[in-house]
Amino acid sequence: MSIETPIYMDYAATCPVDERVVAVMLPFFTTHFGNSASRTHQFGWVAEEAVDKARSQVASLINANEKEITFTSGATEANNLAIKGVAEFLASKGNHIITCVTEHKAVIDTCKYLERHGCEVTWLGVDASGLIDLDELERAFRPETILVSIMAANNETGVVQELEKIGALCHARKVLFHTDAVQAYGKIPLDVDAMHIDLMSISAHKIYGPKGVGALYVRRRRPRVRIAPQIHGGGHERGNRSGTLAVPLIAGFGAAAEIAGQDMAADTERILGLREHMRERLTAEIPEAIVNGTLQHHLPGTLNISFAYVEGESLLMGLKGIAVSSGSACTSASLEPSYVLRAMGLNDELAHSSLRMTIGRYTTREEVDYVVDRIRENVERLRAMSPLWEMVQEGIDLASIEWTAH
Amino acid sequence: MAYSDKVIDHYEHPRNVGSLDKNDEGVGTGIVGAPACGDVMKLQIRVEGDVITDAKFKTYGCGSAIASSSLVTEWVKGMKVSDAMQIKNSQIAEELSLPPVKIHCSVLAEDAIKAAIADYQKKHGTSEATPSTPE
Ligand SMILES: Cc1ncc(COP(=O)(O)O)c(C=O)c1O
Ligand code: FES
Repeated sequence: MSIETPIYMDYAATCPVDERVVAVMLPFFTTHFGNSASRTHQFGWVAEEAVDKARSQVASLINANEKEITFTSGATEANNLAIKGVAEFLASKGNHIITCVTEHKAVIDTCKYLERHGCEVTWLGVDASGLIDLDELERAFRPETILVSIMAANNETGVVQELEKIGALCHARKVLFHTDAVQAYGKIPLDVDAMHIDLMSISAHKIYGPKGVGALYVRRRRPRVRIAPQIHGGGHERGNRSGTLAVPLIAGFGAAAEIAGQDMAADTERILGLREHMRERLTAEIPEAIVNGTLQHHLPGTLNISFAYVEGESLLMGLKGIAVSSGSACTSASLEPSYVLRAMGLNDELAHSSLRMTIGRYTTREEVDYVVDRIRENVERLRAMSPLWEMVQEGIDLASIEWTAH
Repeated sequence: MAYSDKVIDHYEHPRNVGSLDKNDEGVGTGIVGAPACGDVMKLQIRVEGDVITDAKFKTYGCGSAIASSSLVTEWVKGMKVSDAMQIKNSQIAEELSLPPVKIHCSVLAEDAIKAAIADYQKKHGTSEATPSTPE
């Protein structure tokens, strides 16, 4: 059987929109094009009804109430709104925020912005498995701590933090807990009550919904969380986020959330099976292929592996027609390797040598096998021309060499 | 990023991959770069008289780094040592149409050939041209 390329194995970056979601969205572009804020006629009512339905679909996946969902343009905006919104609203109470060095840039850069504007930020590290240390978190709390922002699942490694324990520590101190759950939402069960989550950022395009829409969950009871809006205007979304709602995108987000909930068990079983098949083959067939991040606390579809002594971009270049991503510096504009892998203590060679494969709803076993075969061939070929591999085969310890770093 | 046809050609069909005996009197070896930067290049030359008769490379780095080192081995074979000293990274970058972010890959290849020549000259106590050291 021949395989069709290109093969998409980068579902952590984004997903195609599920056909069932597209079908739900289409009428809201044309027939039901109304503004959900138009209270005076049927066009508005129909749109509002669609938004309300989506709100409850999005909420029910995390055991939230629909009134607790604020729609945004995506998770970048939701992260900005959560963190800046809390920092501003609680400025009189305190100015200290705790977060983690492996967060998505949307959280990191928002916290850095606040650092320049009077906030103090504690940056927790992670251990080799990718998890934060709960004792370190406990020690980081101060009387003026107002917010802890720790992501649910990491976008590069798929490692899932211990949300319930983090949330319990926060609530015991009456500190708000925000989580960037973009990668986890719809992939693993999340419960805002059981996990003591006060604010949660989510995004539609990672769950087979459209790009350009996301949401911030804002807890309404025990405690009632208030945030300062960052976009001002007509007072939409209970004043949290003004702007005419993107009704077709929101309707699609709702449908995608409902499907994710319905299919979660079946999707997880299939996707995890493929992921494990891929991991087993890669680690068995390629020497020194090292899985990054603990698989004990992990998303089903993500696999991050370093192929020692092979540089990531050169490996990607050999994987023609295969869409995966790399933590290699050469693929980034900054020429720095992945800060997430570095924070986990990976040495430079391994950080430069990583690939991230993410398996999703439409990945087949044939595709997995094809990708494994191509990776194996290319790693072998590139190792044959790697001076590092040659040195290691000769028994030279690379750490003992004085490199002429430039 | 889109690669130029020449980069792809060298990446897919690298010229002169391999190693020469680094202890051989007639061989000069240059190793430049660092794993920390994501690129390490080893370039070796065999010199007879004042002519480079053979060249081999091994590179850990991106496709542009592989192509730059492959190209340099192709160029220096049959070249006089003094001419090989004159190879500039800009010539490599131009030949391979490297984009600005990949210029350092060509710098590395220039450093590698200079380091290989310096090593050969050290073995023979000659160094009429001191190689420029990378910053
Ligand atoms: C963990 C994480 N947070 C935030 C984002 C940003 O989400 P959006 O694309 O909706 O702005 C992403 C994805 O790009 C992500 O993976
Ligand atoms: S070796 Fe890193 S960009 Fe070329």
